Amino acid sequence: MDIDHTYEAIVIGTSAGGLSALTALLSILPSYYSLPIIIVQHRSKDHQNLLEEVLQSKCLIKIQQAEEKESILAGVVYIAPPNYHLLIERDYTFSLTSDEPVNYSRPSIDVLFESAALVYANKLIGIILTGTNRDGSEGMSVIKQYAGLTIAQDPKEAEFPAMPLAAIQAHVIEQVWQLAEIQKFLINIHADNEKR
Amino acid sequence: MNVESKEIKQLLQSILSAYGYDFTEYAEASVRRRMSLFMSTRKITAFPDFAHLLLRDEMIFEQFIQELSVTVTEMFRDPDFYKSLRDHVIKRLATYPFIKVWVAGCATGEEVYSIAILLKEANLLDRAVIYATDINQRSLQIAKEGVFPIDRMKQYTQNYQHSGGTESFSDYYTSKYDSVLFDKSLRKNIVFSSHNLAVDKSFNEFQLILCRNVLIYFNQQLQNKVINLFYESLCPFGILGLGNKESLLFSEKKSFFDDVDRKEKIFIKNI
Repeated sequence: MDIDHTYEAIVIGTSAGGLSALTALLSILPSYYSLPIIIVQHRSKDHQNLLEEVLQSKCLIKIQQAEEKESILAGVVYIAPPNYHLLIERDYTFSLTSDEPVNYSRPSIDVLFESAALVYANKLIGIILTGTNRDGSEGMSVIKQYAGLTIAQDPKEAEFPAMPLAAIQAHVIEQVWQLAEIQKFLINIHADNEKR
Repeated sequence: MNVESKEIKQLLQSILSAYGYDFTEYAEASVRRRMSLFMSTRKITAFPDFAHLLLRDEMIFEQFIQELSVTVTEMFRDPDFYKSLRDHVIKRLATYPFIKVWVAGCATGEEVYSIAILLKEANLLDRAVIYATDINQRSLQIAKEGVFPIDRMKQYTQNYQHSGGTESFSDYYTSKYDSVLFDKSLRKNIVFSSHNLAVDKSFNEFQLILCRNVLIYFNQQLQNKVINLFYESLCPFGILGLGNKESLLFSEKKSFFDDVDRKEKIFIKNI
């Protein structure tokens, strides 16, 4: 696929099966990656930092939990904290809210994706990976509406196909890819950014 | 909702002039989301129509304010926080002859009853008054009634036990159909009242202020203003407890507080 313009951020949403899928994608990235990556992984509120620690142990790129009011920087992977929704503000900082769960989830993928689409518009890449509910479909639809790029993990490959499948069936997905293809794409946009 | 920040700011400014409610220093992404939800449930598609309606129809505006300012919480939310209060704060409070607690932004009151239970178990409730305030009248009403859905009690009981509670949690309430009513003895020293952190002043001096998961809805300027208000409202060596992801980072009073429990965001006024 030709990369015809500069992307500024990547958002990823995943639920059950997410740890191994995220590890596959993030562990191949260099320690400096030219975009910020912002992730909602449905997670238990009983383990405050476990997800970040496990991922960091397998990745070169810096992994950290998103903090409220923090500025979003390229080269960092931000993960939504347990029990809060994560939103992006117009000044490229994070907000947290303790609003009602959406799709039984807090953090909710829809909430992150919708706010990210408003800020990054066509410079946003949304990726939906393995998971068990339909969180993320609405968010993907907003990303598409703002001309961002929407990618779903191939449900045939996903450990839990329901979540990418729901987004595909909502007709809001441009590319259905296996993890290996998503990996290649992530490396390509980085290489492309470096050339600019 | 495809609306420029400028339009949202203008509407919040008009709301302030028309009704005196100040949401101009709230974090925008969340305000935008609430507006968008309000519009879609009422089938309003154009933002100018929505703005016009709010400014023209006070009834609709009241409904909107309730939805904009509603927050959700649970009893003994973040049980480790309450455990830390039990371990580090309660014995300090016990040294005062009369204890005043402020739960600022109490939402529907779950955490107000939680702190009341902590005080009761330390035999301090009889000489304490808990001021529970919120901007949202509907939430305050629920808090005042002390009636909560029964299906939450399993989680709340776990939270209570995790916070170090050793009594039988169900002794604190009576069940009726699908809800529970918290015991009158917990409520008798709680004063519920309306207070708007964005504009209202300090109204008393407290030994303990809890304000959990409220500051995250504010921008840095308003966070700073509200921490100043808490600083003025705390007695020397008074305790401030914030939400798990909140901090004093954006406060000019940062150096006037020390950590009691850094992880649980419990601070002590050091002067």
